[in-house]
Amino acid sequence: MNKVAVIGGGMTLFRRHLNETGKELSFLASKMALEEAGIQNSDIDMVVMGSAPCAFDGIHMKGENLLDGTGAKNKPYVRVFNGGGTGVFAPIAGWWHVASGVADVAMVVCEEKMGSCYPHPQTAFQTIWDPILDRPLTPNLVWLFAMEMNRYMTRHNIKKEDIAQVAVKNKRNAVGHPCAQLPDENITVEDVLNSEIMAWPVNLLDISPPSDGASALILCSEEKAKEFTDDPVFVDGVGWNIDSTMWTNRDLYFPDYVANAAKMAYKMAGIKDPRKEIDFAEPYDPFTYKELHHMEGLLLCDKGEAPVLTREGVTERDGDLPICPSGGLLGVGNPIAATMGQKVCELYWQLAGKAGKRQIPGDPQVGVGQAWGDIMQMGTVIVLRRG
Amino acid sequence: MSDTKIEGQPGYAPGTHVSGRDIRDKKIPYTWWEVEAQYAYSLGPANARFLKELKEGKIIGRTCKKCDRVLVPPRMFCEWCYSPTNEWVYLKDTGTVETFSISYLDPDANRIEEPILVGVVSIDGASPKHGFMHYFGEMKPEELHIGMRVKAVWKPEEERTGSVRDIKYFKPLKDGGDE
Repeated sequence: MNKVAVIGGGMTLFRRHLNETGKELSFLASKMALEEAGIQNSDIDMVVMGSAPCAFDGIHMKGENLLDGTGAKNKPYVRVFNGGGTGVFAPIAGWWHVASGVADVAMVVCEEKMGSCYPHPQTAFQTIWDPILDRPLTPNLVWLFAMEMNRYMTRHNIKKEDIAQVAVKNKRNAVGHPCAQLPDENITVEDVLNSEIMAWPVNLLDISPPSDGASALILCSEEKAKEFTDDPVFVDGVGWNIDSTMWTNRDLYFPDYVANAAKMAYKMAGIKDPRKEIDFAEPYDPFTYKELHHMEGLLLCDKGEAPVLTREGVTERDGDLPICPSGGLLGVGNPIAATMGQKVCELYWQLAGKAGKRQIPGDPQVGVGQAWGDIMQMGTVIVLRRG
Repeated sequence: MSDTKIEGQPGYAPGTHVSGRDIRDKKIPYTWWEVEAQYAYSLGPANARFLKELKEGKIIGRTCKKCDRVLVPPRMFCEWCYSPTNEWVYLKDTGTVETFSISYLDPDANRIEEPILVGVVSIDGASPKHGFMHYFGEMKPEELHIGMRVKAVWKPEEERTGSVRDIKYFKPLKDGGDE
C-alpha cells in the first residue's frame, strides 16, 4: 500500500440554514481545500463525495446532483454513505483511492443541507426505523440516544453533571472556530442541566444542532506531497465496522463496533498502546454522552472512565488528552457527513500546527478521528500522524 | 458571510446564513415541494408469524440451536452464526426493562405535554438482553427504572390487528417474579 498524505482542508460556515445550494457549498469547501494545498482542480485525479440520507436535501441520488460542485465532471467519482459514519468513512474511501495507487491526488468532499427538510430534519429520520417492529410506535430518533445514554449512565453509575461537562467544554472550544454554529464561552453545567428536557435523560443542550454545510479534504501520495510541503501529515490507519440493526438484542452500554474499528486502524498504524501513543482525539459527539462512549470505544480509557477524565480536565484543550479541540459537533454544528471538517480536517490542521486559536499546545504528533451512525451500529476511525 | 481572514485554518468561513423565520415568512425566495409517497412493506415469514401470534395475545420467538439462542423479535436466520434458525417457541409476556426514555418529542420533533414512556423490554424465555422496544404504562415516570419487572397489557381481542400495538404497553409486575 502506498503512503497517503493530507495536504489541504476546507469547510464552509455551519448554520441551520445557508442560502447557498448543496452544489455551491461543495464548491466553496473544495475551493478552500485547493487553496490550502496550493493546487488546481485539474491536479485532482479522482473525487469521493460523502453525503448522508438523500431525504435531508430532498434530492434523490444527491451525489450526482452535487457532482458539479466538487469539480469532478468527467472524472472518476463515487459517493459513499453510511449515515453518521460518513464524515470519517468518506476520507477512508479517499485514502484507498490513493493507497491503492489508482489515484495520485484525490479530493474528498462532504455535504449536507438538513435545513431543506420540513417541518424538521427529524421527519426524514422516521423511515430509518424498522417499518414493522418500530414504526407503529411513532418513534423519534432522539429516543435511540436517550435509551443508549440511560443504559450507559446506569451501567456505570454516571451523573448527568459529568456528562453535561462535555457540552460546556466543546461549546467553549468552538469559540475559536470561524465556522461554528453554537459556540458559547460562558456556558455552564447548570445551563445544560436546566435546558429543556427533550427525551430524558437527553436535554436540549446535550444535542448538537441540525446544520447546512460542506467540507473538503485533499489526499495525495507521498511522492506528490513532497512537491507541496516539507512537513506532511500522513493517514496512518483506517478502520470501519458495523453491528446488527437488531439493537434490542444487545447491551448498548459499550460500542463494540467502534472498538473493532479502532483496533483495525491502530493495527494498521502500528499503535500498540493507544492511551500512550495518541496525543488527541476527535470522537463523534452528536450528543454529550457520545463523546464519552466513543472515548471508551476508541480504547483511550477504561469503560466508565471517560466522565472521570472529563471532570478532572484531562480532555480540555490544554489537558493531557485533548478531546474535540475543534469544538466538535456540539459546538461547531452537525451537518452529518460534513462533520469531516471537525473529525478529520481538524486532525490535519492540529498536526500541521495550523489550528490558530484552537491549536493544542505541545506539538501533537498523532491524532485519531471517529464517526458513528445508523441505528447505533456503525463505527469509522482514522489515525493521522505528523510525518 | 464571515469571510474575514483570520489566523489559522479554516482561515475564513464561506456561506450565507439565513434565518428559518425569514424562510417561513417568505422574506427571501424559496422553492417549496411536498412528497407524497406510500409504501406497503412485506412482512416476510418471521414477522408474519410474530404479528399473527401477537393478535392471539402471545409472544413468539425462534431458536438458534447452534448459538443456543432464543431470538425475539424472531428471524428466519441467525445473524450471529449465519445459519437458518430452527424452531418456533412461545415466550412469556413478562420481562425486564433494559433501558428507557421519557420523551417530550413527537416524530416530527414537536413538543408534547404528556411524556411518552418508552424503552426496551427483554422478554422472559428469550436469551439475555433479547427483546423489543415498547411503551410503558400504569406507572409514574419516576417509578420507571432499569431492571424493573414488567408485564404486557394487551388490547381487547376484538381490537387487535396483528401489530406490535396489539400490546398497549408494559405495566409493573407487582410481585417482581415470574408468573
